[in-house]
Amino acid sequence: MECCGLKFNYFTSSIGKKQIMTVSAFLLISFSIVHMIGNILMYVGPKYFNLYAYTLTANPLLPLAELVLASFFVVHILLAIILVVENYLARPQKYYMKVNTGKGASFASATMPWTGAIMLVFLIFHLLHFRFGTIYTTSYDGKEMRDLYRLMIEFFAQPAYLVWYVATMIAFAFHLGHGIQSIFQTVGINYSKYTPCINKLCLLLSLVLSVMFSAYPIWSYVKGLQ
Amino acid sequence: MSNMNGHEHNGNGNGEMTLFLKIWRQKCCSEKGKMCEYTVKGISPDISFLEMLDILNQDLIKRGEEPVVFDHDCREGICGACSLVINGIPHGPEVLTTTCQLHMRKFKDGDTIVIEPFRAKAFPVIRDLMVDRVALDEIITSGGYISANTGAAPEANSIPVRQENAELSMDAAACVGCGACVAACNNASAMLFVGAKVSHLGLLPQGEIEGRERVYNMVKKMDELGFGNCTNEAECEAVCPKGIKLSNIARLNRQFALSSFLKKDDGGLKQEWN
Ligand code: SF4
Ligand code: FES
Repeated sequence: MECCGLKFNYFTSSIGKKQIMTVSAFLLISFSIVHMIGNILMYVGPKYFNLYAYTLTANPLLPLAELVLASFFVVHILLAIILVVENYLARPQKYYMKVNTGKGASFASATMPWTGAIMLVFLIFHLLHFRFGTIYTTSYDGKEMRDLYRLMIEFFAQPAYLVWYVATMIAFAFHLGHGIQSIFQTVGINYSKYTPCINKLCLLLSLVLSVMFSAYPIWSYVKGLQ
Repeated sequence: MSNMNGHEHNGNGNGEMTLFLKIWRQKCCSEKGKMCEYTVKGISPDISFLEMLDILNQDLIKRGEEPVVFDHDCREGICGACSLVINGIPHGPEVLTTTCQLHMRKFKDGDTIVIEPFRAKAFPVIRDLMVDRVALDEIITSGGYISANTGAAPEANSIPVRQENAELSMDAAACVGCGACVAACNNASAMLFVGAKVSHLGLLPQGEIEGRERVYNMVKKMDELGFGNCTNEAECEAVCPKGIKLSNIARLNRQFALSSFLKKDDGGLKQEWN
């Protein structure tokens, strides 16, 4: 990227990397919202939930959509690793005593790399369990399709998985609690008139997402008991 | 009245204090440093933090030891030369205050005070508590100026400036370049400092002309010098003695993206700075 006759790469600059990471974060959150809304169908019934999954997977564009989504994850994770390493190197001699003032850094902001790493482990297992997991089949109106509903009920019948999912959703809440607000600041939206309100809405969104995503396994577990 | 440590304290605010100091001592950049312990007695709550260190140094000199080296100049909170991380916070526990304006009444008799230099790769230790902050000057040299010849004091109102921009620019201009923002940042990022400079200059008509190049060049220099990447934690804003706001970093982010993707002569497209 050239600007004003000066050669300097936007994509390797500190701000550029953060802004690309922010865009990937925005797209991943948008995906999470869609995922969250789609999952509500499990409350409606196995048929609707399975049909929804079937409709998605039957779409010929699915592989492309999956590839695009995977690339958002890869970009977000790779940039996170680069930035964390660079930031670590920016202070070779650590402080003997360093305290946060309480007016800036929060638990959520300070643990971003850790909650991110937890989410990554979660993501891998989540894909292994559901995307590439056991294939049960069922048929509705003569159409054979994957019975994801059954897989889910069986999966969450094991309390260890239930606890693991809910625990990662707490990490998710913290990650998003700092992350969503950060998107606005990183693209340059910070105005005293709107920012307090934006920040509250961001917190609300992260809470809604994590509570909803925790509710599904809990609900499945309870269903499985019946 | 005596406190838990058994030191006398008369409780009227004039009592002299005994303090236990843990100070970073380091001969030079290439040598390893360590925390050393000292005790200072008879400290009046009315003196400043740096005067307390002066007293310690007098003691050390009398004992034939090396005095503790630290940075300072104006001692009235306007030059940005003083530094120090005091009990884990750059410029110490008092908000909107430089180290030189911090007074001993903020501490209690018998307190232990940990004193360290500002730490960042871009701020190598020169000796003890003194660090080399020339990196900030290098960032300024890369774009923190205006080259428009503004001549003598112009006729007031000949160049209209929006009141809002004038205020924002003046607020940003309060930055004294102390580097506490870098020291406080968990990533040793200099974004608040750079944000303050590009806002201060770019918000006014004389500085707006080279606004884009300035943002570009200053960020480039900042990256080259090994400062970290901002993660929007706002510790910088919390410790800044001049109250520089995080919105200056947002402006920097915004202007950097615009500078990267828009050409200079973009058909009269006006840069919206505020
Ligand atoms: S922004 Fe504040 S903390 Fe940073 S250099 Fe300027 S005055 Fe110091
Ligand atoms: S010595 Fe000048 S601001 Fe502290």
